[in-house]
Amino acid sequence: MAETKIGIESLYKIFGPRPQSVLAAVQQGMSKQELLEKHNHVLGLRDINIDVSAREISVIMGLSGSGKSTLIRHINRLIEPTSGRIVVNGRDVLAMTREELIEVRRHTISMVFQRFGLHVHKTVAENAAYGLSIQGMPIGQAKQQSRKWLDRVGLSGFENHYPSQLSGGMQQRVGLARALATDAEILLMDEPFSALDPLIRTDMQQILLGLQEELHKTIVFITHDLDEALRLGDSIAILRDGAVIQQGNPQDIILHPADDYIFDFVKDINRGRVIEARSVMMPGASVDGPSVAQDLVLDEALQAVSAAQSDRANVVDADGEIIGSVSLKQIIDAMARPADESDQEARYR
Amino acid sequence: MESLIEFPSMDRQHLRDLKKAIDGGFRDFSREFGETLENFFEPLLRFLVWFEKLLIATPWPAVVLVIAGLAWLGSRSKTVVAGSVLSFFAIGYFGMWQDTMSTLAIISVATLLCIAVGIPLGILMARSDRMQTAITPVLDIMQTIPAFVYLIPVVMLLGIGKVPGLIAVCIYAIPPIVRLTNLGIRLVEKEALEAADAFGADYRQKLFGVQIPLALPNIFAGVNQTIMMALSMVVIASMIGVAGLGVPVLRSISNQYLALGLMNGLAIVALAIIFDRVSQRFGQRLQRHRKGVDHG
Repeated sequence: MAETKIGIESLYKIFGPRPQSVLAAVQQGMSKQELLEKHNHVLGLRDINIDVSAREISVIMGLSGSGKSTLIRHINRLIEPTSGRIVVNGRDVLAMTREELIEVRRHTISMVFQRFGLHVHKTVAENAAYGLSIQGMPIGQAKQQSRKWLDRVGLSGFENHYPSQLSGGMQQRVGLARALATDAEILLMDEPFSALDPLIRTDMQQILLGLQEELHKTIVFITHDLDEALRLGDSIAILRDGAVIQQGNPQDIILHPADDYIFDFVKDINRGRVIEARSVMMPGASVDGPSVAQDLVLDEALQAVSAAQSDRANVVDADGEIIGSVSLKQIIDAMARPADESDQEARYR
Repeated sequence: MESLIEFPSMDRQHLRDLKKAIDGGFRDFSREFGETLENFFEPLLRFLVWFEKLLIATPWPAVVLVIAGLAWLGSRSKTVVAGSVLSFFAIGYFGMWQDTMSTLAIISVATLLCIAVGIPLGILMARSDRMQTAITPVLDIMQTIPAFVYLIPVVMLLGIGKVPGLIAVCIYAIPPIVRLTNLGIRLVEKEALEAADAFGADYRQKLFGVQIPLALPNIFAGVNQTIMMALSMVVIASMIGVAGLGVPVLRSISNQYLALGLMNGLAIVALAIIFDRVSQRFGQRLQRHRKGVDHG
């Protein structure tokens, strides 16, 4: 089991003038609608329990109004919870004094925002150096030190531009460089690529994955886009109306959606590009055919099998040991878009 | 029927007593504290006198040069510099040099005083809605109450002279800078502040690193307004003994000297336009970063 970096335990957030007065009712299961009508309070988050593993990208996915941006702001306490516990590196964030919290924000947790949150009166270099200068580093040194991160996200030569002179994608790269420059081990990303064009978004996802391969940060990534969640996430939690309705790895969510709501999300996904060979294989002895890695996606496994003029393949683990096999039919069945009504039984295992 | 036509007002005797009590109370107050207050403002008076003497004693070409230099620094515009220099030549040629220098002195000191008091007040006001609710009506009163009304207590307290004049000018001129500082800080984008919070900025770092720099164009619009309003108080200030362009204007009202009044009035206008153009251009330059340059 991977080391837990951030633990969120029975977190509740209620918006309104007197949240504590209605907390008990919500804990006993009062619905969002009822809360609003009877008590004029808005339910933000309900009984959230999430463990974020170290050095992984944990995606929290949900549509607008699901509470995902509210949730991520609890981790560095930009928003105060109504009740619950948030533990970062074994320390309770909610028990921290103002000063301790500022220390954590300066050194342990950094953040990237949907609308970039850049300071328009500062140059690109000054923006990237912001976190370091807040730590008390002289601005010259801070710029020097953050420069390598600007280079890393492909912005060398733009140091003296102002954010308004850059395109959206470039501005968000500044935001990314600013977040990386403090060397914080935890990176909170609140829909960082949602405001960007699809092509730029794919670009930025590649940049992030490239960086992550090297840096192994603990990343909490918020998105409303399932494709993005599947591409980036080592684990995914799906949020609806302020509550987590399913969490697991991407394979799990696609193959075993917890309810109709999630099923509607995943049914249009290109399954061949997400489902991995190990998820559909039959464990057992070796068969006559090519070998495919266990984390190879079905699209590519299919290519390998048909290129070898075979109808089955062995699935091997990272060390090359055979752990099972897949047949052509299994691959194709898994890639087919599931029917809406007919195989309900199969879906709800 | 009678009682509906005539408003049931306070008994005359009581009204007179009330007014007497207020007058007496304030008179006692000014007797008690007048001197203390005068001592309090003593350094300000000295500075004002020193600055005025300096302006008058400096050879005129040097003053014109400094004005031209400041206009250039502020506006970076040749037209504005040329306009300023020409105006000052005209002012000197028509014999208003000394009065203009006096006016310049009191306007500069009043503006500095307004900035020094007004910006912190505006910051305070932006900090909480309660502060804003408390300060706003005070600013409304300061801006709308007829100047003559607050001249009475000021003169009762401090007598006739430069300091009461300065205070009268400031009471009228300070509201815009307070208001626009408050507004500017409140208009700073939520995202910019949230980012500062997320990276662990404390109150001072947020104020000086984000809020004030981003509010600067608005704060500067406030400074501009403050200068304009201070200039418009020059004539009233001259009624309580402030030297400058207001004095001849006042004289020409009582003696019907059309030309004298017009010339000095136009000199005030010229100063106003110079101050306005220079400070506006400066404010625009502060916003350079807002202009998106094409990045095709």
